[in-house]
This record gives sequence, structure tokens and C-alpha cells, in this order.
Amino acid sequence: MQQTASPTPIVSLRDVQKSFGSLKVLDGVSFAVERGEVLAIIGRSGSGKSTALRCIDRFEKVDGGEIIVCGRRVDLPDIDLRALRQDVGIVFQSYNLFPHLTIEQNITLAPCSVKRMGLSEAKALARKVLAQVGLEEKVHAYPEQLSGGQQQRAAIARSLAMQPKVMLFDEVTSALDPELTGEVLKVIEQLAADGMTMVMVTHEMGFARSIADRIVFMHRGKVHETGPASILTAPTTPELVQFVGTGNLKS
Amino acid sequence: MGGHLNINHLLFLGHGALWTIGLSLIALVGGAAVGFVIALARISPLKSVRLLSAAYVQIVQGTPLLVILFLGYFGLAAIGLQTSPLVAAGASLTIYVAAYLGEIWRGSIQSVPKPQWEAAEGLALSRTQRMMKVILPQAVRIATPPTVGFMVQIIKNTSLASVVGFVELMRSGQIVNNSLFEPFVVYAIIAAVYFAMCYPLSLFSQKLERRMGRGSVNPALA
Repeated sequence: MQQTASPTPIVSLRDVQKSFGSLKVLDGVSFAVERGEVLAIIGRSGSGKSTALRCIDRFEKVDGGEIIVCGRRVDLPDIDLRALRQDVGIVFQSYNLFPHLTIEQNITLAPCSVKRMGLSEAKALARKVLAQVGLEEKVHAYPEQLSGGQQQRAAIARSLAMQPKVMLFDEVTSALDPELTGEVLKVIEQLAADGMTMVMVTHEMGFARSIADRIVFMHRGKVHETGPASILTAPTTPELVQFVGTGNLKS
Repeated sequence: MGGHLNINHLLFLGHGALWTIGLSLIALVGGAAVGFVIALARISPLKSVRLLSAAYVQIVQGTPLLVILFLGYFGLAAIGLQTSPLVAAGASLTIYVAAYLGEIWRGSIQSVPKPQWEAAEGLALSRTQRMMKVILPQAVRIATPPTVGFMVQIIKNTSLASVVGFVELMRSGQIVNNSLFEPFVVYAIIAAVYFAMCYPLSLFSQKLERRMGRGSVNPALA
């Protein structure tokens, strides 16, 4: 092991290939995420950015290449999915809270069922993560009683309760009104400040620029350009120039 | 023979009605137990299990209940397995109801939005935990109105058990009529009793359907 010289990345993709039928969605995608790093994946619809993110948590099986997450080979068929998903938290565009459970039950379900945590300990944990996203007063509410922004913050809290080593955000503000987007982005910003390792697929260019340590611009299933957030203001490839130039860069 | 409808006839019909309720309950409980297994088998990750359960459903749904009843009673007797009318009727109805409830419940489980499965998977819940704690509680809400509605079908279909000599409401009506020769009066009473058993269930099913929606996933987000 050579961790001391250069720390092993928490997430690394190497030459990942993925097709849906005859459609090649990922065509040799490689990138890595170091501990504590915030990586934003941007690109047009259909560029493969969401698929790349979902491959990290093995919601999609890859056709080729290598994915290593927290030291596990995710591309291999014998991957321990439950162990992987305890290390990786994922938040979706459509929140996906469980509608038959209160916010508290949504949060305590996985710690109690998966980690065998006691109920009182799990409830205390629920209060702690809800405080992190500013929703302590909604502990006994049902998801349908919350606004979209509140539901998404609750979904983030639910993921946090499993104490993941890396969080994946899949266009988490795309279903929200502009005024609700802000409250969710603030929560993510705070997580970044606390040192959480994060990979996010986002259409919020201004947000990506302000929060991401590194940007991956995907185009036609490939990583077309990558670099620090400054590439958004000084893009080098014509495709990224066009992408950020089409009014996407609002800050 | 002959005479007028008296209290003894009515008591006899009442006794038959109780057996109709009893047979309906047997069909419901047996059919629910087997149907639950069928529903799970229909969405099993194993292809062979899916195919087998699908074949079961197709065969039963493509066979008249009357034929299943004859097979269960006369057919088994012909190959040396003597069954009582109660056992034959109970088993045949269970086989029949299981195929339909299995399909209703498979549909209900599958109509829980897929992102719910993914969210549960993302939280590292096992397949059993996902099913028991996330999917089934939501599927039950979806399944309740059609299940209650199907119970009306079960009650009415128990009348077919009369052909294997099981004395439920229909058969007891035939027996009473054989002594009175007043088919209109007797069968009108039978019809009224069936209606009295089925109508409240129909109403209940409609009420449940109207109440649906609250507490379920917002379809706009699913």
C-alpha cells in the first residue's frame, strides 16, 4: 500500500463503458474523487453524467472498465452491495422519501434495520441529522406535508444518518422551484464545508463553480474536459465554451 | 310434498347462507395465503419461478371455476382420491382465488414507483427489508380496494360449489324448491340474500377507492 505517498481516492472510475442496447452511454469514462473533495459532473442531457453517477453506487452495471469505491471493486459481479451502500449515500432528483413513514421513521429505518441500532439511539441520530438540514420541527410530519425543498433536505438527512463516506447527488434541485433550490444548495454547501466527500450531477453552474473543487464536463459519453472550477469561466474546448455560453452560467 | 314456505325452510336457507359465508372465508384465507406466494413468485429474481407462477395464473384464469370444481371432486375420486364436498370446494376455490389475488397483488406491488425500490436499495436495506418495510406497506394501500371488490366475486362464485353437492345457499335453495315447487319465490329470496352479502362489500370497496390517494406517493414525482 502506498497510501501515505498519494492517498487512494475514495471513488475512481477507469475506462468505464456502458451501453443501453445499441446506445453507448459511457465511452471510456475515467475520473477520481479524493477524500473530502467535491466533484461536480456537468453536461447536456444525455451526455451520460447521471449514468456515470449511478454506476458508482451500482444502480447500473458497467460493461467494461474498473470502478473502485472505498476500496471495493464495484464493477465485479461479486460486489457486496449492502456493504457498498453503507459507505455511499445517494440523493435523487425526486427525493423518494417513503410516503407511509414519518420523517423520523424515514431516517431511523436504515440505521435500525441495517446497522441494528437501538430505536432511542436512532431517534437521537434522526434529530441530529434533521438539525443539520434545519428541519428539527418536521420530525413527526409525513413527507406529503412538506414542501419540495423540505422533502429534499429530509432525504439528505436520511442519507446522512447512515454516516456515508461519500455522498452522491443526482440533480437534486432539478425538480424544485428556484426559490426552493437555494435552501437545498445551502445544506449541501454546509456539508462540503464539514468535509464530506461528494459527487454531484448538477445543472446549477453557479453553484458548481462556487462549491466544486473539480469539474468534470461530460460530452457524448466521454469526459470531455476536467479541471478546477475555473474552467467554467475559462473553458478551453469549444464544446464547453458552447455549453457554458448558452446561458447556463448564472451566478 | 308441496306446502307453503315456513320458518323451517327459512332456517334451512339461513343455514345454507352461513355455509356460503364459511366457504367464502375459506376461499379468501386459502386464496390469500397462496395468492401472496404467487404474487411474490411472479416478481421473483429467478426466471424459473416467474415462469412457473405465470403458468399457474394463466392456466387457472383460462379454466372455468366449474371445471376446477368437477376436477377437484369427481376427477380426484376417479383416480381413487375420495374428497368431501367441503374439501373439494374449499381447495378448488383456493386454487381459483389464489390466481386472481396473486395477479391483483403483483400489480399492486409493481405499481409502487420504482424510485422507492432504489431509495431503499441506496440505504443498504436487504431485499426482504425493502419488500417488508418499504414496498408492501405501500402496496397494501393500493391493493385494498380491488381486493375487497374481488371478495364480491368470491361470494357469488361459491354458488358453483352446489354442483358437487356442497349445501351452501344456492344448493339449499334448490333443495327447498324441490319440496315447494315455488322457484320464483325461493330464488328471489336466494338472490336477495346474495345481494345483502355482496352490496355492503361493493359499497365498502367504492369508499376505499375514493379514499385512495391520501398518503400515497404524489404521482407527479414518481
